Amino acid sequence: MSENTLTIDGKPVHFEDGDTIMEAAIRAGIYIPHLCHDPELKPQGNCKMCEVKVNGRNCSACTFPAAEGQKVLNNIKELNENRRIIVQMLFVEGNHLCPGCEKSGNCKLQAIAYSVGMMEYRFPLIYPKREMDTSHPDILLDRNRCIFCEMCVRAGREVDGKEVFAISGRGIGNHLIVNSPSGLLKDSLLEVTDKAANVCPVGAIIIKRHGFEVPIGQRIYDKKQIAEVSVATEKVLEEKVHG
Amino acid sequence: MTWSESKQEKVLAIVSKHEIRQTRLLQILREVQDEFHCVPKNALEIVAAELGLARTKVEGVVQFYSLLSLEQQGRFHILFSDSITDQFQGSRGLMDYLSAKLGVKPGQTRGDGKVSLGFTSCTGLCDQGPAGLVNGHWLSRLNESRIDRIVDLVEREVPVSSWPLEFFHVEDNIQSPGLLLQSPIDQGEALKQLVREGFEEIFMEINRSGLRGRGGAGFETAWKWRFCAEGPEDYSGSSLADKNERFVVCNADEGEPGTFKDRILLNSYAHQVFEGMTVCAGIVGAKQGFLYLRGEYLRLRPQLEAILANRRAKNFLGKSILGRNGFDFDIEIHMGAGAYVCGEESALIESLEGKRGVPRVRPPYPIDRGYLDQPTVVNNVETFAAVAAIAAYGGAWFATQGTDKSKGSKIISISGDCERPGIYEYDFGISIAEILMDCGAENTLAVQVGGPSGGIISGKEYHRKLAFEDLGTGGSFMIFNKKRDVLEIVRNFTHFFAHESCGFCTPCRVGTTLLKNEVDKICDGHATSLDLVGLSSLAKFIKTASHCGLGQSAANPVLGSLSHFPQAYKDRFKDVVFEPGFDLDESLETARRMSARDDPWAHLEQ
Repeated sequence: MSENTLTIDGKPVHFEDGDTIMEAAIRAGIYIPHLCHDPELKPQGNCKMCEVKVNGRNCSACTFPAAEGQKVLNNIKELNENRRIIVQMLFVEGNHLCPGCEKSGNCKLQAIAYSVGMMEYRFPLIYPKREMDTSHPDILLDRNRCIFCEMCVRAGREVDGKEVFAISGRGIGNHLIVNSPSGLLKDSLLEVTDKAANVCPVGAIIIKRHGFEVPIGQRIYDKKQIAEVSVATEKVLEEKVHG
Repeated sequence: MTWSESKQEKVLAIVSKHEIRQTRLLQILREVQDEFHCVPKNALEIVAAELGLARTKVEGVVQFYSLLSLEQQGRFHILFSDSITDQFQGSRGLMDYLSAKLGVKPGQTRGDGKVSLGFTSCTGLCDQGPAGLVNGHWLSRLNESRIDRIVDLVEREVPVSSWPLEFFHVEDNIQSPGLLLQSPIDQGEALKQLVREGFEEIFMEINRSGLRGRGGAGFETAWKWRFCAEGPEDYSGSSLADKNERFVVCNADEGEPGTFKDRILLNSYAHQVFEGMTVCAGIVGAKQGFLYLRGEYLRLRPQLEAILANRRAKNFLGKSILGRNGFDFDIEIHMGAGAYVCGEESALIESLEGKRGVPRVRPPYPIDRGYLDQPTVVNNVETFAAVAAIAAYGGAWFATQGTDKSKGSKIISISGDCERPGIYEYDFGISIAEILMDCGAENTLAVQVGGPSGGIISGKEYHRKLAFEDLGTGGSFMIFNKKRDVLEIVRNFTHFFAHESCGFCTPCRVGTTLLKNEVDKICDGHATSLDLVGLSSLAKFIKTASHCGLGQSAANPVLGSLSHFPQAYKDRFKDVVFEPGFDLDESLETARRMSARDDPWAHLEQ
């Protein structure tokens, strides 16, 4: 085996110094399910969808450093079962009503739920009471659908260069807050072209008046599996960001 | 609403007292909370502006720590410990009593703004409970007559500083001292040895002693220090040691319910703890140290500051310690503010930096990138106390005690159903049965070793031994007798973890709440046997999939009790009696006639 090689489900994968397992996988065109990872953002490892086994030990692929000779297991029954539980947890934690959500078909949570074969909630719904912020002329914030991936938080800070969102509270009481004197989106620096306004994997942050330009049934994940979409788009992004 | 200039001045004074440093954010907010009985929105804005932080960052910190609040609290803020041992000593009933007398419910502030009540996680006084806090100060041995007097003091608005001292009296309560507690070092003894023998020689002594971290994980202390001293490497493998500053942190965030050994060590052996930190600083080359003291131990702070001042005066801290050129070190005290997760070392470091106590991604470990991303040693209070003794008396003194894999002694905090709760120190290898005998425990149903995050053991395991290789523990040892209901214990612990989860990762954030709801359902008698299947698989998932030790141990109470006390669950099942609306056997009569059968298989029992 050549230098800087690990295997994912038995397949040899090359990695660069400083790569995480996720970065190496994306470059090699291998899909490891994830909800809080984006090649342009600093990995954080909060959703735990990308948990893989590295030499027998559970690790988050998006934060764990790649190293020579690692034997990584990804697409195996035990891990896929865990991923199904995580998706089910996210569904019961918030108020996710797919049929009435304009993100349906473009939503990564929904797409992953299909791909891991989620057929039921499994857990009792928590029905949290969460606030909506409709104040911004172009952007809607519906906290009912927030999954705490912190992509908007990081995108603002790392890409847009502005502090717009943050997580407040603790534990199940976590909630997304907005940096403005009133606490409302309309008084923040968020603009419709910002990455923070467009990075939400679910329907928590959506651009107003564009929701139904593409009819349901013809949207991203209506036509393709998330694995295929993810590999195609993120490989380009990954190569742009990390070379 | 405009804010008066005098209030603004007060906030500005607090910020400048802390040198306008972002790392002091939590310390600043604690003082603002003390001043205003909440963190007012205006104060939050001022602090954010002065420190150059987004207001959302400051708000996120306020909302993370349970001793800080955006809502107005009373001028007297009284919290009762909700630890299981306090509950079993009657704390809930006492809260009802207090609440009725004051006319305000837990979680609320009375209309006149005078008083607010609430519950908090373990306050570290389990051996002298029921316990609580008033404006951050310990209240011990609560009972109805004491509460009557407290109500009177509150109604007359007598400042807490003028309350009777006996209310705050906390004893060390050392029942059985051992290796460390029996032979405290003289002030400066370890440092003199360090300067005389040399850093390398004392490091070898610590290595020889076989000392492992006393916080619970049991990593070898000498190795941790060596890794920190050598520092991280870059990709080519060359050391970055010279490029880094180093830090020494003493983890005194003793939050595991039922643990209070650090309270004693910091009350009566603080010199030795600080000396251990200084020895570590000399060996790893650190200039700055921190004592991260849990918010609930506020009462200890003034005396700890005095000891630090005393040590500076004697040149046990400061520049060129004991005349050794380049041996510079000082210690700063940082207060926590009510967050169990900050006992996890990387969360503690985040908190030291003034942030929300969210555990970091590891690797990198603190020994490579800790405080301000510099190599940092984080050790437990007891570890540092042991370090100082080893430096003074030698590694062999320590290593000859205990077992092969667990050298030396362990200080344990005993609470719950026994005649003599308190502090006991044993050489590793002692059996649970011997401990139970010593403290006068009878009719014991179960022992919780290592607190809620540890394990519950029942009678057939009392021959097991305290040791890293058998029953490891950070020091909590709760005893429950046969009058106790195991499920009430499980319920308390499960609620504790749901309350303390930081919320960073999905499995723990959502899982601990689902677990809590499920255990409530069982305790309330609404569950059936199918619920146990779901409970067990949920618990196993949380254990394997969570980001840090909190989540990985949050399901231990459920898993442990399911395997040791399955009957306790079954006793709570809903009594499901099916009363069919029709006679099943009778309805089969036609079918029996048509098939000409009348054998037993052709009949149904109801």
